[in-house]
Formats: sequence, C-alpha cells, structure tokens
Amino acid sequence: MSASIPAPPQANVQERPLRTLWGDAWRRFRRDRLALFGTATLLLIILGCVVGPLIYTASPSQIDFSRSQLPPSWAHPFGTNDLGQDVLARVLRGGRVSLSVGITSMLVAITMGTLIGAISGFYGGWIDVALMRFTDLFLSLPQLPLLLLVIFLFRESLRRLAGPETGIFILVVLVIGSLNWMSVARLVRASFLSVREMDFVLAARAIGAPARRLIWVHIFPNVLSPVIVAATLSVGTAIITESTLSFLGLGFPPDVPTWGRLLFDARNYLEQAPHMAFFPGLMIFLTVLSINFVGDGLRDALDPQMRQR
Amino acid sequence: MTRYLINRLLISIPTLLAISIVVFAILALAPGDPMAEFATNPAITAEVRENIRRSLGLDQPIYIRYVKWLWAFMQGDMGFSFTSRSPVLNLILQRLPTTLWIVGTAYIIGALLAVPLGVISALKRYTLFDQVVTTLAFVGFSLPTFFTGILFIIIFSVQLRWFPFIYNSTLRVTDWASFVAQVRQSIMPVTVLVLFQAAVLMRFVRASMLEQMNRDYVRTARAKGLQEWVVVNRHILRNALIPVVTLVALDIPSVFTGALVTEQIFRVPGIGALLVDSIFRGDTPVVMAITFIYAILIVIFNLVADILYSILDPRVQYTR
Repeated sequence: MSASIPAPPQANVQERPLRTLWGDAWRRFRRDRLALFGTATLLLIILGCVVGPLIYTASPSQIDFSRSQLPPSWAHPFGTNDLGQDVLARVLRGGRVSLSVGITSMLVAITMGTLIGAISGFYGGWIDVALMRFTDLFLSLPQLPLLLLVIFLFRESLRRLAGPETGIFILVVLVIGSLNWMSVARLVRASFLSVREMDFVLAARAIGAPARRLIWVHIFPNVLSPVIVAATLSVGTAIITESTLSFLGLGFPPDVPTWGRLLFDARNYLEQAPHMAFFPGLMIFLTVLSINFVGDGLRDALDPQMRQR
Repeated sequence: MTRYLINRLLISIPTLLAISIVVFAILALAPGDPMAEFATNPAITAEVRENIRRSLGLDQPIYIRYVKWLWAFMQGDMGFSFTSRSPVLNLILQRLPTTLWIVGTAYIIGALLAVPLGVISALKRYTLFDQVVTTLAFVGFSLPTFFTGILFIIIFSVQLRWFPFIYNSTLRVTDWASFVAQVRQSIMPVTVLVLFQAAVLMRFVRASMLEQMNRDYVRTARAKGLQEWVVVNRHILRNALIPVVTLVALDIPSVFTGALVTEQIFRVPGIGALLVDSIFRGDTPVVMAITFIYAILIVIFNLVADILYSILDPRVQYTR
C-alpha cells in the first residue's frame, strides 16, 4: 500500500536511521508548511478551550447590564454581549462544546462507516448489495432539511430524557454522525475489495484465521490512511453543521454558548456590537480552516501516490 | 442504453418510496402535535380541536395517512398548509422565483468563475497565481456561509452602507431604478453563495485537469506538434470537464431548496426560508412536500449525471 521500500542492503546499513511507515508520513507531513500551520493553530485552539477557562477566570454567564455591548478592551478582550457577559469567556466555554460535538460526531460517523464498509467489502454477495443500497439511500436523503426536522421534532423528548444539555448533545451528535458515514463506508469498502484479494490475506486465511481476525488484524490496518484523512476532515464538517443548526436556532439551549449559538445571538446586534459576531465566527473559521489544512497534509503524507497527480 | 435507462428508472422508484416513508415516519412518529398551539387557545374547545383534527385527517392511522398522501402527491395535490390554509403548491410557487433568482444566479456565476480559474491554476501549477487561487479556494470553502454573510453585513451594510441587508421581496422590477435596487439587494446573498460554490468547484476542476495533463494522449498531441491552445482546449479540457459536468448536475437540486442559511441571514423569502419557518411552526404538509420534492430532484439529477457521464465518456459501460 505504502511506498516505504526497505533500504537497499548496503555496507553502511547500520548507520541509516530506521524508516517506518509512520516515520515516513511524519517526514512528509513536516515539510508541508500549511499543514504545520493548521496543526499549530488547532492545538492552540484546543488548548485554549480546555485550559483557557482555568486561566481566564471571567464568568461566561454573569449578567451585568451596566457593561452591555462594550467593544473589546483590556478588561474584556473580545468585548461583552447584549447582557454584559464576557464574550471571550463564552467563546472559550463554547469551544469545548463545539469541539466535542465535532469529535464525537466524527467518531459516530467513522465507526458506522468503517463497520458497514468493512462488512460490505469483506463478505460481498447479497450483504454487499443490500448494504450499498442502504448507503445509496442515505446519500439521496435531503440532508439539511432532514437534520433540521429531526432535531426540531425530537429535542423535547431527549431533553426530558437526559437533561437540557446532555440530551441535545446526544441528539446532535447522533444525527450529524448518522448522516455523515456514507463516504467513509464507500471508501472502506473499495479498499477492502482490493486488499482482500492480496496474497497475504490468502495466507492468513490458509492458516485458519477467522473472519474477525482477517478483517481487523490483516485488512483494516491497510485501509487506515484514507480513514484517518476522512476522519480529520469530517470533524470540520461536523463543527460547521452544528454551528449551522445553532445558527438557525435549532441547536443547544441559550445558556450553552456554542460558537454557532453565539453567532445566532449576535445576529440582531450587528450594528451596535459587531464584535459579538466577529470573534465566534472567526473561531469557527480558524478551526475549520486548520482542520482542512491538517486533513490535506495528512492525505499527502499518508498517500504519496496522490501527491504525484 | 435504453435497457440501462429503464433499469435505472425502475431502481429509483423504490429509492423514492423509501425516502418518502422515512420522512413521513419521522414526521408522524415525532412527539410534537400540530394542534399544540390551539391547546392553549381558550376560544377553541376540545371538541372543536377534535373536529379540526378530523378535518385535517389526523385521526386516521399512520399508514392510511401515508397512502392517501402519496396518492394525492402523485396527482399533484400536496394538500393544504396547516397554518396559512392555502394550498402547499401555491406557497411553493410563490417562493420559487426568489430562490431561483438568487441561488440560480449564484450557481451560474460560481461555475463561470470556477472553471477558468481551475484550468489556469492547473496549467500554471506551483506558480504564484496557482498558489494564490488555491489558498483563496481553501479559505473560501472553510468559511461557513453564515459567517461570510454576517461579515458582509457588518462591512458593506453597517460600515460602508453600500447595500441593504434585508432583502425586499415586494420590490417589482418595472424600470431602471427598480432594477438597480433589485441588483443591489441581491449582490450580498449571491456573493456569499458564489464564494463557497466557486471554491468547491475550482478545487475540483483543478484536480481533474491535473489528472489528465500527464496522460499519454496529451503527450501524443504535443508530439504531433499541435499548438498548446489546441492541446488544452481540444484534448485536456474535454476530458477534464467530464467529472465536472456530473458534479454540477448533482448539485442542481440544491438550487431548488435554496440556501437555507443564506436566505435566513439576509431574510430572503425563498423556499429555504419557507422550509425553516414551516419546521418551526410544525406545518407538516409544507415540510413534507418540500423535502420530498427535493428528494425527487436528487434522484432525478443522480440519473441525469449518470447518463451525461456515459454520453460524454464512451468508456463507461451501461450495464452494471
């Protein structure tokens, strides 16, 4: 699969550093400036959202009308909103929600996609036909309308079931994840189809490896690189989708300040307090841009054949 | 070819049925109640509510409602909106021109920008031009439309006061002045959509061009001594645009639903806005009709894309 050709046996073979698949990928990745920029920015944002609220201790929820809609200043680096709440504190707190929605939805989508793709590609036959029909069906569903509809109709019941924040979180993550797995499934299936015909799989089969071991130990590691790339990029998609939902007023409740929700709240104050919209929007943009840079860099690093195109 | 077509058409019928069942089931199984807003109204007694419910056909079991709805839909009757009491079809037709104007214009401009940019940037790979264009495209498709829209409003409406930020749908184009007003109010929503659309498409065109440029037939064409212009236009471009055409065809259904988000930001009263409003009001017939028409368009244009592909690329086999 990969182009890591073992070093030719030469006299000074001992002096050459050991080259591994991941080492090669890392060397290629390191040369990609945009990917490095993306990684750095992303790490900074994640660190800021995880550690930030511990250092920057302004309350994200304390209401103070005497300090409403203040422009950015030293006391409030991102300004304050219409209720006098500190925007930076809310952006940091909201980032935790937005990022965890992105990562968890990605896990849902990748798990579903990998399972369906692996089973479909490994077994073939009628299972393959049925699962691929199922995938096609999901691909022709009207995504955004359906997303809005499901969230709007079921949020009340989940709120009652698991509390206002957790309930919506579960719903949003499940719905975004279960509308995003199709491309991964197709990708994994296609790779499985080609890898399962290879000799080493035949050899493993010959010594009596059971299907589960063939799938996960022998074939799956070979299709890992496209899955990693797809996983990275799907975090970005999920964050945008969550923000879109929140922006249309269908996401988390008002006291959970996700980035999309902050933008939604800022919509009516664009004239008096543009900073209320600017900073959360900038965070979404920077996060998604960095994720896309990292994803692109990973694609080039993990799959050298793509690069030659 | 004909057999392939018939096959594909036959396959798309169960797909559409399945989609309609999924959407209908979601709406029917949802815990909400379209009569909920009447429940708090003291003027409407429980008895009247029950009568309204019966007149809307909500007292029947789900599967009967589904069959009735499907039968009516196939005859072009999409029922009546719960809230405005007018036929769903009229509501949709009312909103369609606005959506087609905004989203359609954006779509055409986006394609007209993306194709030449993608081609040039592929031909001049790794030059400054290529790097600028690809970086811009990257930024363009990482920028969510709701953020671009808000930025545009802040910069061009609030600060510079160039364009109005609320779309006035009652404006009728009768003379030059009203035409200018119409263009002025369309510029921002259209540009937001163009930015995103063109960014996605441009990356695709560029990748497709790069894939063709190193093929043997291109080398042969050059070896024959053909001019660069001819090689690019008659050889590379023709092949590179095949996947682009299919991508464009696959995206056309989204012109119909409109840009949900963009319409919401600029308060453009298009189909997207109608859908969002209807979802919030629990107006099931409207939601069902728009979602299902969208699904039909997706399936149809999938078919169109496949057929186009096989016409443009004779190597594609019809039988699967």
